[in-house]
Amino acid sequence: MSKQYETVIGLEVHVELATKTKIFCGCSTAFGGAPNTHTCPVCTGMPGSLPVLNKQVLEYVIAVGLATNCEISHYSKFDRKNYFYPDNPQNYQISQLYLPICHDGGVEIETEEGKKIVGIHEIHMEEDAGKLVHDDWEDCTMVDYNRSGVPLIEIVSEPDMRSAEEVIAYLEKLRLLIQYLGASDCKLQEGSMRADVNLSIREAGAEKMGTRTEMKNLNSFKAIARAIEGERERQIDLLEEGKEVIQETRRWDDNKEYSYAMRSKEDAQDYRYFPDPDLAPIIVSDELLREIKSKEPEFPTEKMIRYKEEYGIPDYDIEILTNTKHTADLFEETVALGADPKKVSNWLMGETMRLLKENAMEPEAICFSPENLAKLIQLVDSKAINSTVAKEVFQEMFHHDIDPEQYVEEKGLKTVNDQGALRKTIEEVMARNPKSVEDYHNGKTKAIGALVGQTMKAMQGKADPALINQILQELL
Amino acid sequence: MELLELTAVQLSEKIKRGETTAVLATKAVLAQIEKTESVYHCYVTVDQEGALKKAEEVQQRIQAGELTGPLAGVPVAVKDNLCTRDLLTTCSSRILENFIPTFSAEAVENLEKAGAVIIGKTNMDEFAMGSTTETSAYGVTRNPRNTEHVPGGSSGGSAAAVAGQECFMALGSDTGGSIRQPASFCGVVGMKPTYGTISRYGLIAYGSSLDQIGPLTKDVRDCATLLEVMASYDPKDSTSVDRRGDIAKKSGYDFTSALVDDVKGMKIGIPRDYFGEGLDGKVREAVLQAADVLREKGAILEEFDLSLVDYAIPAYYTIAAAEASSNLERFDGIKYGYRTAEYDGLHNMYKKTRSEGFGPEVKRRIMLGSFVLSSGYYDAYYLKALRVKALIKKAFDEAFAKYDVILGPAAPTTAPRLGQSLADPIKMYLGDIYTVSVNLAGLPGICLPCGTDSEGLPIGLQLIGDCFSEKKLIQTAYAYERESPYGTKYHI
Repeated sequence: MSKQYETVIGLEVHVELATKTKIFCGCSTAFGGAPNTHTCPVCTGMPGSLPVLNKQVLEYVIAVGLATNCEISHYSKFDRKNYFYPDNPQNYQISQLYLPICHDGGVEIETEEGKKIVGIHEIHMEEDAGKLVHDDWEDCTMVDYNRSGVPLIEIVSEPDMRSAEEVIAYLEKLRLLIQYLGASDCKLQEGSMRADVNLSIREAGAEKMGTRTEMKNLNSFKAIARAIEGERERQIDLLEEGKEVIQETRRWDDNKEYSYAMRSKEDAQDYRYFPDPDLAPIIVSDELLREIKSKEPEFPTEKMIRYKEEYGIPDYDIEILTNTKHTADLFEETVALGADPKKVSNWLMGETMRLLKENAMEPEAICFSPENLAKLIQLVDSKAINSTVAKEVFQEMFHHDIDPEQYVEEKGLKTVNDQGALRKTIEEVMARNPKSVEDYHNGKTKAIGALVGQTMKAMQGKADPALINQILQELL
Repeated sequence: MELLELTAVQLSEKIKRGETTAVLATKAVLAQIEKTESVYHCYVTVDQEGALKKAEEVQQRIQAGELTGPLAGVPVAVKDNLCTRDLLTTCSSRILENFIPTFSAEAVENLEKAGAVIIGKTNMDEFAMGSTTETSAYGVTRNPRNTEHVPGGSSGGSAAAVAGQECFMALGSDTGGSIRQPASFCGVVGMKPTYGTISRYGLIAYGSSLDQIGPLTKDVRDCATLLEVMASYDPKDSTSVDRRGDIAKKSGYDFTSALVDDVKGMKIGIPRDYFGEGLDGKVREAVLQAADVLREKGAILEEFDLSLVDYAIPAYYTIAAAEASSNLERFDGIKYGYRTAEYDGLHNMYKKTRSEGFGPEVKRRIMLGSFVLSSGYYDAYYLKALRVKALIKKAFDEAFAKYDVILGPAAPTTAPRLGQSLADPIKMYLGDIYTVSVNLAGLPGICLPCGTDSEGLPIGLQLIGDCFSEKKLIQTAYAYERESPYGTKYHI
């Protein structure tokens, strides 16, 4: 490769909003219902039915717009995107083309290269489509409209990113902000956050943009990074061979690490967009803006400053804890119940992260309650259980959110603090292990460890090792 | 006096007084249908069984004192583009030949709550596209005043059913004149209310930004009463206007309060543009005579120039067709309605289903609408039409700064003979010249009989009001009707 190339990337990010009901009707957005059970005349495109905008959708998209420094349109409209496909019951999708609700914003990202702003061209609202299910046995295709009308927002960035790292940083930033707002859970694997990558290359220093392609079907950050690398190389190869990049939509196959052309600009459909006459224009009042602004949560950067001042925990802890809203909430709520901040942080950073990794889970999947974590810390603090037992209890809590007090009681895991009983057990252990006692007296002080271990075993782990040590010292 | 000659309000009063019953009235209508329907063909579906059952139920509730409204027990006909639960709703199209809705239109719900008895679903131009009821996939409707002539359209079945006494009142829909023009041709009263007054929920859309449901009745009192019963604010329709508050501006829903015989000082504008070339001489004469009647009763009449009238037709057909091309996309053979018998793959199924399911006028408008929305033409056609629409609204705003009511004809001619119109669609479109601007501007308009031509075919007088001024229209129409020999046919 003789020339230096610059990669230019813009993203179209679809985010499924966390509303309980669909964007234009009262049907549930819940996952996993039997086919066509979360449907009504509106979301199945029955003749005569009419859409009505779900106000929560508007509030969420405005909140996302404000969090990403967008201007909010005081007057915006819905448009119809016309195309025939059976998953789309009206054969048009209600979206926003001409007057989107949010525009001209941007977020700051940080990579090893430093900080930069990624511009946001617009954010608009639209409805999701249904799902086609092919039945090979019957050789027919069936359609499930449960997803039809689930609210989506599309966040369209400016072509401001130059590398996969920047793209990932931008996506992580968006995800963090949106999760903090509670507007979506943003799970890439489950499709509640999807990103299409628009990528072109140009010779370093060139002003003119190269021809771009759009990459679809990217289900994880890793797939996005691989697809960017793959597409960059594919385009450079084309240019180096003296060929042209064709403007087209491509589908990424992450298993084969290769993309396939889906359709080129030439056979692009004419969607015949026009304003949807069934929906009145959306008028956003200053009052509504103020109301949404006042409900804005504390964002990660603000939280980080406060954690340092309020809890005095290390920067490293703060960064990890605030990395998802769920862990930050869990931390704050547990501390609010009286637990020591550092101890809470230790449980979340240590055992929790270890178990998440071990079980390949996302932090959002943490199921134990702050009440139970506070109880566990209290059990350790009061020496009711020792740290080994605590870890065992925590594992149960992590998987089943058990009440640690009840669990310890039921399983009889409480440390025996009855000194008489303990002393008796230690005497028995010493009697059974004269060799160790002798070793100790002969100056091998480490032999005491074996005796502590034997005692713990005899006590079935329900003893305080420090106390055993103390009593042993006396008896020896 | 024959039961069938009563107005809807008179019939309901008689039922409540115990002089007749909802069942007898329903039976009388069904007997009339039996007698004349083979000639008129007003209905796509007559729900004999359902109507009798409903009539009995309603009669019991009237006797129990539960139903006291002014339309309780009255048999009503419903245009076939209004959804009726469990009752075939075809839009007079083959593509919906088997469509049975799971819900009723809001206007129909309101009517049923008031105790009206649905007799059946009336014939119409396919998907309300046409001015003669000849584009129906289920055969033409004939004008009861002269069965060699069309009843007008698209609500031709509803207008003919009222004129032919096959019901006591009917619901229609009006996108570019589809209530007022057939009312004019059949000699009945028809009204298109202000856009947003009657919920469109359950009205199968043609041109969503123009469509309004409205009454077709025997007289102005029935018209005001039926409007009052149907109109409501409906949160299920984003374009529904809540007229309850701010009475001064939106004037409420108590339309019958305007049934007052007084037009003293009412300022009526007569647009010169509505009396120009193309207007039949007899129609002009009858409409101007009606104006004289109102002048004699104390109204102040003045001629003025409305302007932009020539642009209304192209703007209307551009916007209506554009919306229709999208609204009718859902009829694809996948979810309901007609599906072609044999096909090879999805695309072929779509193509064959829609080619076989839609008639030529519907296809013409889908193609026109798809064209004006297509990339490269959108600005030149669709956006320009929207700008014309805004200018027309402005011209009306200026007129209503001076006048309470605008008076003119509803159609340039009386009802044409059957089979004369479809051969020349442009000429047929031009017949909508006096009605379409009202839809483009979202205004209310009423049409009532004001004369007949040499063949005895009815002539209609159109009164147009500013948004939310239905009461002024009702008052003016009512005052005229009191003096008119043409409107008294059904009065005792």
